[in-house]
Amino acid sequence: MTAVAATGSAAFLGRYEGLRTRLPGARVAWVEALRERAAEAFRQSGFPTRRVEAWKYTDLAGVAGAVFGEPLTSVEDRLEIPAAMHPRAVFVDGRFRPDLSTLAGLGFTAESLADALPRLEGWLGSLARPASEPMAALNGMLFEDGLVVHVPAGVAGGVLELLSIATESERAPAYHPRHLVRLGAGASLTIVESATGPSGARYLHNPVFEIEVAEGARLNHGRLQLEGHEGVFLSTVYARVGAGAAYDNFTLNAGARLARNEIHVALTGLKAEAHMNGVQLVGDGQHADTTTSLDHAAPDCASRQTYKTVLAGRSRGVFQGKIHVHQVAQKTDGYQMNQALLLSPEAEIDSKPQLEIYADDVKCSHGATVGELDADHLFFLRARGIPEAQAKAILVEAFLTEAVEAVADETIRTALTRGVAGWWGRQGVAGGLEEA
Amino acid sequence: MLKIENLHATVEGKQILNGLSLEIPAGEVHAIMGPNGSGKSTLSYVLAGREGYEVTEGSVSFNGQDLLAMEPEERAVAGMFLAFQAPVELPGVGNANFLRTALNAIRRARGEAEIDAMQFLKLARARMKVLNMPEDMLKRPVNVGFSGGEKKRNEMLQLALLAPGFAVLDETDSGLDIDALKMVADTVNSLRGPAFSALVITHYQRLLNHIVPDRVHVLSAGRIVKSGGPELAQELEAAGYAGVQAAA
Ligand SMILES: Nc1ncnc2c1ncn2[C@@H]1O[C@H](COP(=O)(O)OP(=O)(O)O)[C@@H](O)[C@H]1O
Ligand SMILES: [Mg+2]
Repeated sequence: MTAVAATGSAAFLGRYEGLRTRLPGARVAWVEALRERAAEAFRQSGFPTRRVEAWKYTDLAGVAGAVFGEPLTSVEDRLEIPAAMHPRAVFVDGRFRPDLSTLAGLGFTAESLADALPRLEGWLGSLARPASEPMAALNGMLFEDGLVVHVPAGVAGGVLELLSIATESERAPAYHPRHLVRLGAGASLTIVESATGPSGARYLHNPVFEIEVAEGARLNHGRLQLEGHEGVFLSTVYARVGAGAAYDNFTLNAGARLARNEIHVALTGLKAEAHMNGVQLVGDGQHADTTTSLDHAAPDCASRQTYKTVLAGRSRGVFQGKIHVHQVAQKTDGYQMNQALLLSPEAEIDSKPQLEIYADDVKCSHGATVGELDADHLFFLRARGIPEAQAKAILVEAFLTEAVEAVADETIRTALTRGVAGWWGRQGVAGGLEEA
Repeated sequence: MLKIENLHATVEGKQILNGLSLEIPAGEVHAIMGPNGSGKSTLSYVLAGREGYEVTEGSVSFNGQDLLAMEPEERAVAGMFLAFQAPVELPGVGNANFLRTALNAIRRARGEAEIDAMQFLKLARARMKVLNMPEDMLKRPVNVGFSGGEKKRNEMLQLALLAPGFAVLDETDSGLDIDALKMVADTVNSLRGPAFSALVITHYQRLLNHIVPDRVHVLSAGRIVKSGGPELAQELEAAGYAGVQAAA
């Protein structure tokens, strides 16, 4: 051990070298090979700089320059965990906590990845692309745990909560959970995921999801990113959606100092569907990035994306959305809309929609808008006696309505509404509209 | 109740109000008539506190308070209400939720008890019946997809529910048929009493047959050029503004 802590990719590579014989799956040949491939990719790429096209608007220099430690095995039992509404898997600092989880009696499998690892050959790593996504490479090199969910064909799995909780720690832990979700033909599941942490804690949460939705199955994936203010959240989701199946991702990207919500979806069977909606709430000092890439790789598929970003104070938002319609993907119906609302002159948004269409019979549209609150709308509400801050909250809520209403799942919509209200609370605004 | 003295106001550097003075005592309804561009809407916005309408001289006192020093929402709490000439549409803001939020914001600021959702709906439904508004207008977003007439009815619903001490109606009658016009008049008349005053801005004498004003004023080039009783409205109808201005 040297006295000066290493930073950046060298530090993570050093940790890998030091730990490789002790990481989960060490001495399991295929796991070792998988880690080594990821490590090799990360040796090549390191943390991407802004010269890398996909990272043009999100600067990881601050992350690369920071010193991160390893999470300690958490024994923290004074965690503030909301009451369980559904079966749930709880991760604390990236590690599965069976004592806090309730996964008994499910009609499907949900277990810790560290436990299941020897049985995951051919599944783990089947979708992640460490060679193209450096953060997935970092994850592939150092993952230790995660959630493995398998809903067998025809099973309606109901709702499963996935909680990731960061604890207060001097060590600024970095963790890289790998979550695998597989829905068999005709199965269904709703995952309500939340990531939270204490406001002063420094940490890096770098999860990767590999999701397979087989023919006719449906996965609703609601994600509430409410990390603590000093946290860094770099998340990559890979999903493959089969014939007649649907993947519905909704992400509230509201926490963390720096957050990237990266989603890669491939529609690989006839009439597959993807809904990717999201709301980014970016307050003073925050940077939030949503980057989607959607492969229409089969005919008759439909995709819908609506992303809304609200920026306050000195903040930065990013939306990058790529739709790739392969030559075979005739009758593709693709729609993408991203809209930003700037509440402050110091807020900035970068938006880059990108369509690549190689089929000739497709319907694909996209749009982007950037605006401020309408002064006439604000005046109207105030002239009716509504205080300025509340009037603004009402108009922001109205701006978000379209994205929120696109969420089909009631549980997710409710969680989302609460998440948005929480963000307003932290901005010092009590709330918007009262219900009548 | 409302006392405007020597009011001068500019919009985008352009002088619109030029020394307007007007006093409306408690319990009285006054009408302002005047040609297009004479500054009627500007006056209504200055009273409601809209941004961009800069008062360069003069004063407005409202129940003894300096109205011009107040924020728009403070004016509403103090009892000032403006029925807009062109009400805005608010996509994503449900009408019922908006109405209850406004009502409770004012009640809260006045230290009055809030109205719960049940009470509110009862109140709103009763008012809507009187205004001949279909109930689904509560569920729809504020003014979105409403016809011109429906928007004006919605303004009258707000007026009826918020029951302010002072109402400015900016050409609420424009574009309305006779039934809708009567509905506007009924709403104002139902509020009339010793603690309520109104300023009714209109082009047409028609509305003033139903809301009989205590005084009628003619506005021209940002000033009151003539004042009189209700008969002045009839004179204007017959002779036009040109005749009145010449006489002034
Ligand atoms: N926002 C504005 N910017 C520039 N000029 C304006 C604005 N609003 C009103 N005006 C001008 O002020 C004058 C008075 O307008 P307004 O008060 O609307 O008159 P009225 O309501 O009597 O028709 C007109 O000449 C109009 O063009
Ligand atoms: Mg006007």
